[in-house]
Parts: sequence; C-alpha cells; structure tokens
Amino acid sequence: MSDHDHPHKEPQHERSPWAARIRAVEELLEERGVFTKEEIEAQVEYMEARTYENGARLVARAWVDSTFKERLLSDTKAAAMELGLDASGPVEFLTVENTDEVHNVIVCTLCSCYPRAILGRPPDWYKSFAYRSRVVVEPREVLREFGLELPKGKRIAVHDSSADLRYLVLPQRPEGTEGMSEDELAALVTRDSLIGTDVPRTAREASRV
Amino acid sequence: MIRPAAGARFAPGDAVRVQDMEKEGHVRTPDYTKGKPGWIAEVLGAFPNPESLAYGGDGLPEKPLYKVGFRQADLWDGYGGSPEDVLFIDIYEHWLEPRE
Repeated sequence: MSDHDHPHKEPQHERSPWAARIRAVEELLEERGVFTKEEIEAQVEYMEARTYENGARLVARAWVDSTFKERLLSDTKAAAMELGLDASGPVEFLTVENTDEVHNVIVCTLCSCYPRAILGRPPDWYKSFAYRSRVVVEPREVLREFGLELPKGKRIAVHDSSADLRYLVLPQRPEGTEGMSEDELAALVTRDSLIGTDVPRTAREASRV
Repeated sequence: MIRPAAGARFAPGDAVRVQDMEKEGHVRTPDYTKGKPGWIAEVLGAFPNPESLAYGGDGLPEKPLYKVGFRQADLWDGYGGSPEDVLFIDIYEHWLEPRE
C-alpha cells in the first residue's frame, strides 16, 4: 500500500483480493495523474445519486400520459430530461414495452451494461455469470426462479445489450390501478420490473406493504 | 438523439447472419450468435467502431449499429421454450453478412 493520505473511507472488514487489486489500480492511476481522487469521488457520488426510482418515475408518467409514453419509447434520453433526470452524456437508451403478447427481459452477456445514468448501479445478480449465461438460453425458467410465472401464451423477448444502447423495460400497468396518482403508481414499480425479471406490484400488494 | 446511420447497408426485415469469425480484438459478438441466422429488427444509428475505441483509437469512421432479431430456436439446439420466443442483440454492420 502506498503511504499517501486517503480521504476514502476504509472498509471495516478485510478486503477481498479483488477489492485490493482495484484499489491498487486506482492508486496507480491517481499517482500517474490519469485522474484525481476528487474525480473518483465525484463519479461515485454521481452513481450513488441514481436509483431505480428514476425509472419508476418514467414508467408512472408513461402510464398516465400516452404522449409521454410515445416519447419514452422513441427517445428515452429526451423523456428522462423532461422529468428533470440528468441522463446527459454519451450513452444512449432504448425502452422496450411489455404488452399482452410479449414480455421483455434485459441482460448483457458480454459484461454488465446497464442504464446506470438513469437507474444507478445494477443489482449484483445482474452481473453474475449465472444470470448472464442462463437468461438467454432458458429465460422462462430463470424468470420462474425470480418468482415470475408468465402466462403460457406470452412470448419472451430477451434483449442482450451488447453494444452502445442501454435498455429499460416499460412494464404493463397493473389492473385495478385506475384512479391512482402518479406517485402511487411509481411506488408499484420495482427495480427488477425495469429489467424484466419482475412485474410491478398490484394495488392490493402495495396496500399490504 | 442518436445519430442516424447514413448509408446503412441493411434495412429492417433484411435477412442477415452474424459472421462466423474468429477475429482478435474488441468484437462484441457473443459466441452464441456467430453464424446464426437472424433479421434486421431496427437500424439503431451510427456509433464509433468499438474495435478502434477499445484500443485508444477515435472509432472513426462510425459504423451502423443494428438491432438484430433471432428465433431462440435458431440459437440453441433443443430450445425448450416457446417457438415464438425471440432474442434481440445489437450488432455492428461489419460483423454481419447478408443471408439468402
């Protein structure tokens, strides 16, 4: 370990070899002036400031406003900006819509591409080898393990986000939610329903929480 | 807004195949798609060439990127799900070839 000062919080538990390696690379990059500690901190803050609730807001707005939904499907970045979400930056997005006929699920088999600029960090399982390798081959079984049993006739569309676009799922609005406010609707949207391994809570489920 | 892919070789509906190549470098075509028949679902736009970007290049000229659709049954021997199930993946033009 180098002897310069660390403003970072040191972990309380023993570092894994992976974490130690990342830290060592980070120190080298800092020492060589590739980037500064402040830039790393800023990037961490940027990421920590984003959560799936941004996606929930997009979905709820799309459920109550059909012209917004059209914009979300045709230009996700512009739709996000419209809600005041800072999705600027070079990464582009595509939103795919669940319907009565098709259920969409997102994966990145090559790495762990995820719409971080909108949703923040992906869940750990999204990056796991098991999810990435299995959901493309046996999506229905994987979804079942997530507790999601799709109707037999529904087609599954897997999206392997292997290049320059990051994908969000626009889930179907649950039945029985007529008359709910946009905020109430947003509270039904789970993180995993934006990836396609879940569907939004029903109004009844939400009332039990 | 995504930059449109001027001069894209393929159009939606075109039958394509992912080139069955063993090329070194940042070729973002998972093995399970190589040599497999699909169709152009969407012309996504023009993006810098990852094979150049990944090695510090400028990524120019930009390459057309397509959303390519596959029947799951064409990707996996003995696919156990519905014959209607599909998979979409984003692939650059220079990793695709036309299919009769």
